[in-house]
Amino acid sequence: MPLSEQDLQDLKEKAWQIRRDIIDTTVWAGGAHIGGALSMVEIMTILYFKYLNIDPNRPDWEDRDRVVLSKGHGGVGYAPVLANRGYFEKNELKEFNHFKSPFGMHLDGNKVKGVDVSTGSLGHGLSIAVGLALGARVQQKTWKTYCILGDGECNEGSVWEAAMAAAHFKVTNLTTFVDRNKLMIDGPTEKVMALEPFADKWKAFGWIVRECDGHSFEELSAAIDYAQAEKNAPVVIIAHTVKGKGVDFMENEVKWHYGSIDSVLADRARKSVDAMYGK
Amino acid sequence: MAEVTGTTWTVYDANTLTQAEIYGQVLCDLGTIYPKIVGLSADLAKSTKIGLFGDKFPERFFNVGIAEQNMFGIAAGLAKSGLIPFVSTMAAFTTMRSAEQVRTDICYQKLNVKIIATHAGTSFGAAGTTHHCTEDIAITRSFANMTVIVPADGIETANAVKACVDYPGPVYIRIGRGFEPPFYKDENYGFKIGKACEVCPGTDITLICCGITVLQAAEAAKILQREDGLSVRVLNMHTIKPIDEGAILKAVKETRRIITFEDHNIHGGLGSAVADVIAASGKGCAFEKVGIPDCYAEVGYPEDLYSHYKLDTNGIIEKVRQVMGKEFEEDESWEDEV
Repeated sequence: MPLSEQDLQDLKEKAWQIRRDIIDTTVWAGGAHIGGALSMVEIMTILYFKYLNIDPNRPDWEDRDRVVLSKGHGGVGYAPVLANRGYFEKNELKEFNHFKSPFGMHLDGNKVKGVDVSTGSLGHGLSIAVGLALGARVQQKTWKTYCILGDGECNEGSVWEAAMAAAHFKVTNLTTFVDRNKLMIDGPTEKVMALEPFADKWKAFGWIVRECDGHSFEELSAAIDYAQAEKNAPVVIIAHTVKGKGVDFMENEVKWHYGSIDSVLADRARKSVDAMYGK
Repeated sequence: MAEVTGTTWTVYDANTLTQAEIYGQVLCDLGTIYPKIVGLSADLAKSTKIGLFGDKFPERFFNVGIAEQNMFGIAAGLAKSGLIPFVSTMAAFTTMRSAEQVRTDICYQKLNVKIIATHAGTSFGAAGTTHHCTEDIAITRSFANMTVIVPADGIETANAVKACVDYPGPVYIRIGRGFEPPFYKDENYGFKIGKACEVCPGTDITLICCGITVLQAAEAAKILQREDGLSVRVLNMHTIKPIDEGAILKAVKETRRIITFEDHNIHGGLGSAVADVIAASGKGCAFEKVGIPDCYAEVGYPEDLYSHYKLDTNGIIEKVRQVMGKEFEEDESWEDEV
């Protein structure tokens, strides 16, 4: 699905809006996993506004594509995408994290429209995504499954159990991303628990690896098209990203894995995001 | 549930096949009726007998290798896609190795995954503590949305497996290694999830049992009637959750003495579930829990272990005599107690 100039413009406009909404939601929530939410904005935007075959008016439509946000702490980045896509009103996000809100930091699929799978405990999502993909195969359905992993999450052994199974069962109706923002709570991934040579690990598990700039819609689009054309082995897209992308004082800063922002910081963050888009 | 007919196993089979073999055959039959059933195992397709289903429906069966956490995650995904996964591995690896996947991926999302956990309790006694599982009832009954069933034998396993297909949400069916002797003669005794079966009537004391202890308690009841003139009620509490509160309260009221017997740690299992009901009722009753006394069980063949832990006929008789011999305030005026 090559992107037209118009597509690019539209996607960038959406990404700007979503980054603004992530900042607002973080303020309303009193704190959120904002760093990793900002690093995955382009991945989530291109999926929800270009690739996914979904209908926000029928969130349970059985032939819809499925998404598993395995890095479930990205909830504050996911909910604004769903609001912008029309699953619910944006002002519902004002209740994020509050008493009895449907929106907690890790989104609950039984409470939030558009969320296919409840995630939050790391290392679970890829197995569930493999199950969904196999479920489509067993039922001879053509809908696709998408899974977004965090890079730090790939310390979990269960990720590699799932990776082994996806290759063994030749699961090719699944498109997997790793949001490779290179930071985890306690520091750089390579310092806390080294992942490199990361691509080689996936290859050794029988996957085809495609690396790209995770903030470039053109590169993401090419990578997704490549992954979906491959029919012999599962493909992982290692999307190189910047944690906190778009907010200058958060970019590549370990401390912004989770944080709260007051109105002064929020204004600074909005100005930074606006500047990124020349607004 | 839909009527299941044309089953390929018979009562004769039930006497010659193990609990797990009957389960495997019943699942094959159900697989024909329900195209949405899929099967999973983790390199224990043969031991758990789910391999029979795999042989019959290879495209609907996934052996994920020795990777239980991944297996329960995949099962969650398959259920999310609209299928009904039946998952079989040993109880220890289901409820401890994969406890979080079962709780978070399956129970939290209220998914239609049916778990048949084998080698539970000390049924694989000679294998030692790594392969015993005397914690699983406590673990699974603390998972919201989970139904917990402990069948008495192969026939009840067949009934439970059939009943759970149309029973919404996650179900945990706990069976042994497969060498447990049959208790029921046929499947028509009114099995219903959540409803205890009175297998012996009685008015002096009630023995509440699950799994292998049902048969042993029924034998003990006959002997106690003959030798001690005791009228012993035996309840097969096959469903631990939701538990049959009515049957327990009726036993409190009518027999005033209750002992629970289970191949499980005395903490958190059947006995605790029964104790919860009694305590909440505000009614008094002599009560004792018999099981594995908060230790890791010894190594040995199951029959030796059941004897050691007072879960066989002789042990049950001994426990009943102890409780019957205890000073216990008889209070005919039930109504004045709150």
